[in-house]
Amino acid sequence: MYIFSAILILTAMGWLFGLSLGIASKYLKVENDPLVERIEALMPGSQCGQCGFPGCRPAAEALASGSAPVNLCPPGGNLLIEQLANLLGMAVDLSQSEDEEPLVARVSEATCTGCTRCFKVCPTDAIVGAPKQIHAVVADACIGCKKCVAVCPTECLQMHPVSVTLRDWRWPKPLANA
Amino acid sequence: MKMLSVLEHPRLRGGVHAEEHKTATATLPINLQFPLPKKLYIPVQQHVGKPAEPLVKVGEQVLKGQLLAYSQGTISAPIHAPSSGTIIDVLDYPAPHPSALPIRTIILETDGREQWIKTPAVADPFQLDAEEICLRVGAAGVVGLGGAVFPSAVKLNLGRKNSIHTLLINGGECEPYLTCDDRLMQERSEQIISGVRLMLRGMHGNRAIIGIEDNKPAAFAAMQTASQGFAEIEVVQVPARYPMGWDRQMLRYLTGWEIPADGRATDIGVVIHNVATAYAVYKAVILGQPLISRVVTVAGSAVGKPQNIEVLIGTLISELLDFCQADSQQTARLIIGGPMMGDALPLSEVPVVKACNGILALSHQDIAEPEVQPCIRCSQCVEACPVGLLPLEMASRIRVNQLEAAVDLGLKDCINCGSCSYVCPSNIPLVHYFKFASGELFKRQRQAHKAEQTKRLAEDRQQRMARIRQEADLEAQRTMEARAARARELEAATATAANSAHEVN
Repeated sequence: MYIFSAILILTAMGWLFGLSLGIASKYLKVENDPLVERIEALMPGSQCGQCGFPGCRPAAEALASGSAPVNLCPPGGNLLIEQLANLLGMAVDLSQSEDEEPLVARVSEATCTGCTRCFKVCPTDAIVGAPKQIHAVVADACIGCKKCVAVCPTECLQMHPVSVTLRDWRWPKPLANA
Repeated sequence: MKMLSVLEHPRLRGGVHAEEHKTATATLPINLQFPLPKKLYIPVQQHVGKPAEPLVKVGEQVLKGQLLAYSQGTISAPIHAPSSGTIIDVLDYPAPHPSALPIRTIILETDGREQWIKTPAVADPFQLDAEEICLRVGAAGVVGLGGAVFPSAVKLNLGRKNSIHTLLINGGECEPYLTCDDRLMQERSEQIISGVRLMLRGMHGNRAIIGIEDNKPAAFAAMQTASQGFAEIEVVQVPARYPMGWDRQMLRYLTGWEIPADGRATDIGVVIHNVATAYAVYKAVILGQPLISRVVTVAGSAVGKPQNIEVLIGTLISELLDFCQADSQQTARLIIGGPMMGDALPLSEVPVVKACNGILALSHQDIAEPEVQPCIRCSQCVEACPVGLLPLEMASRIRVNQLEAAVDLGLKDCINCGSCSYVCPSNIPLVHYFKFASGELFKRQRQAHKAEQTKRLAEDRQQRMARIRQEADLEAQRTMEARAARARELEAATATAANSAHEVN
C-alpha cells in the first residue's frame, strides 16, 4: 500500500516542479537590455564604424547608457536622430543639421592594381574583383563609408556624389528664414 | 462674410477665390490650325507607373497612331506616334519638369503626310463588352488628363471589380487661366457624353454625375443639352471656388461623401474621371484613335494671342509659344499647368506631354515676389486649407527638420493645392515647405529600404567570415592532428627499430 502513495506523491511533486520551472522560464527570463535591442534595430547595421565605436551594437549600448550623443551616426542621418530622440525621450534641435549628400565609391580603372585590400574591408561586399584584376564597385550596395578609400594604396578609389535622376529629384528646402 | 459662405455651402471646406483670368481664352474656339512640327519629342513616360518600353528602331518609318512604346506592368500606358514619319533618335532629352532633368525620349521626324495607321472600326460601340472597352482604352494609352495622368483603364478595371455605383466626371477646371476643358465641353459635348456612357459601360456603373463650375455657363448649357435623353447622366453646377476641381472636394460637395484619408474613391464606390479623359475614351473606343493630341491653354500676360490649341503630343513648348506670339523678353516665368499647382519650367525647349493642360508665360507684374515675413499666426491658411490641416504648424515643424512631427499633423494628406501660400499675408512659401517635406519623406523611405538591404548584406558577410574562420580553425586543427599522428608513427617506428636492434644485439 505504501508503495502506491509514494509513487503518487513523487509523481505529483515531479509535475509540480516541472510546471513551476516552466512558468519561471517564461516569466522570469533574464533578458538583454531591451532598450539596447530597440536602438540596435534602428541603427543602419552596416558596422561601418564611422561613429567611433567598433560596430552598431556597441554604439547602441553607449546610446542606452547615455554616454553617446543621438547624432553619432552619419549614415543614419536626420531620420535616425529623430527616431532616437523620440525613443530616448530627448529634445533635439535639428534646425542646423542637414543630411549629408549621399556618396558612392568608384574605382578608377587606370590606377587599380588589383591588390584586393578594398574588398576585404568593405562591410557590405559592395566591391567585386579578384587578385591582380581590376576591382569594381556595385553602386546599389555601396553605403559610402569610405573604408575602402582609407586602405587603397594607389588612391584609385574615390567618393562621388550620386547623380540625381528624374525619379529621385526632390524639391529643395525653401531658403526663406521666416 | 466667410462665415456666411460656409453657411451657404455647408459641404465646402476651405478654398480661395483667385482672380480667374479666363475670359481671354474662354470665348475663342479651339484653334486647330497649328502647323505640323518638323520634329516631335515623345517621352516614354507620360503617366504614373512604369515607363513604356520603346519597340521602334532608329530609322524606322512609322504611321500616325502606330505603337511606339508598349506598357510595362499593370500600372503603365503605351505611347503612340502623333504623326507619320521617321524615328531619328531615342535619347535622353530634358523633361517638362521643374528640374529639366533628362528622360528617355523618342524623336520623330514628321513627313507631313499625316498618314493614319488602319484604325479598328466598331459597328456599335455601345454593344461592346466591358472588358473590351477597358482593353481598348488601355491600348490607346488613355491616362487621366486632369493632371494626375493615372492610366484610365486601370481605374475602369478597378471600378468593375469593386461594385461602383457612381461615376463622377470632373469638369471643375478651377485653376485660373486654364480653359481647355471649358472649350472642350462647349465644342465637343456630345463626344464627351458618349465617352461618359462608354466609361459607365466599361465599369458596370449605372449613374454618372458631371460637375461643372458655375463660371462656365456656356459649357454647362452645352453639356446639359448633350446629356438629354440619357437618364443615367446628371449635369450639375458647382460653385467656382478653388480647389473645386480637387476630386474629393467636388465629391463632398455633390454627394456629401468623404473618401477615407488613406483610401481611394473606389473604397466608397466612386470613380472619378476628368472631362478631357472622357473625350479621349470616346476617341479611343469609337474612332479607334490613340491619345496623340490634346487641347492646351496658352495664356499669360506675356502671350500676344492667348488661346486654346489642339496640339500633337511631343510638340515643343517653344514652338507653341512662338505661334501664340509670346514675348520671351517679357516672360519672367514659364509655367506648365495652372498658376496654383503648375511647375515653373527653366527652359521652353521641352515637349508637350499628356499631362500638359496649360502653358503660361507670366510677365514681371504677375509674379511680384514680395519679401517673406515672419508668421503672425493669423490662421488664414487654416481657413483656406481644403483638407482641414494646420499649414502654419506643419511648416514650423518642417523648418526645423522635424518631419515626423509634421506627419503627425497630417502632412501626408496635403494635396499641394497652394491655397495656404496664396492667402498668407506674410508671403511664407507654405506649399513649398510641404513639397520639400514630402520629397524628403520619400527619400527617407528609400533610405530605410536601403538600410534594410545593407543590414542583410552586412549580416551575410559576417556569417561568411565566421564560417571561413571556423573552417580555417578546423583545417588548422586537422593539420595539427595529422602532424601529431605522424610524429607518433615516427616515434613508434624508431622505437620498434631500436627494439629490433636491441634484439639483434
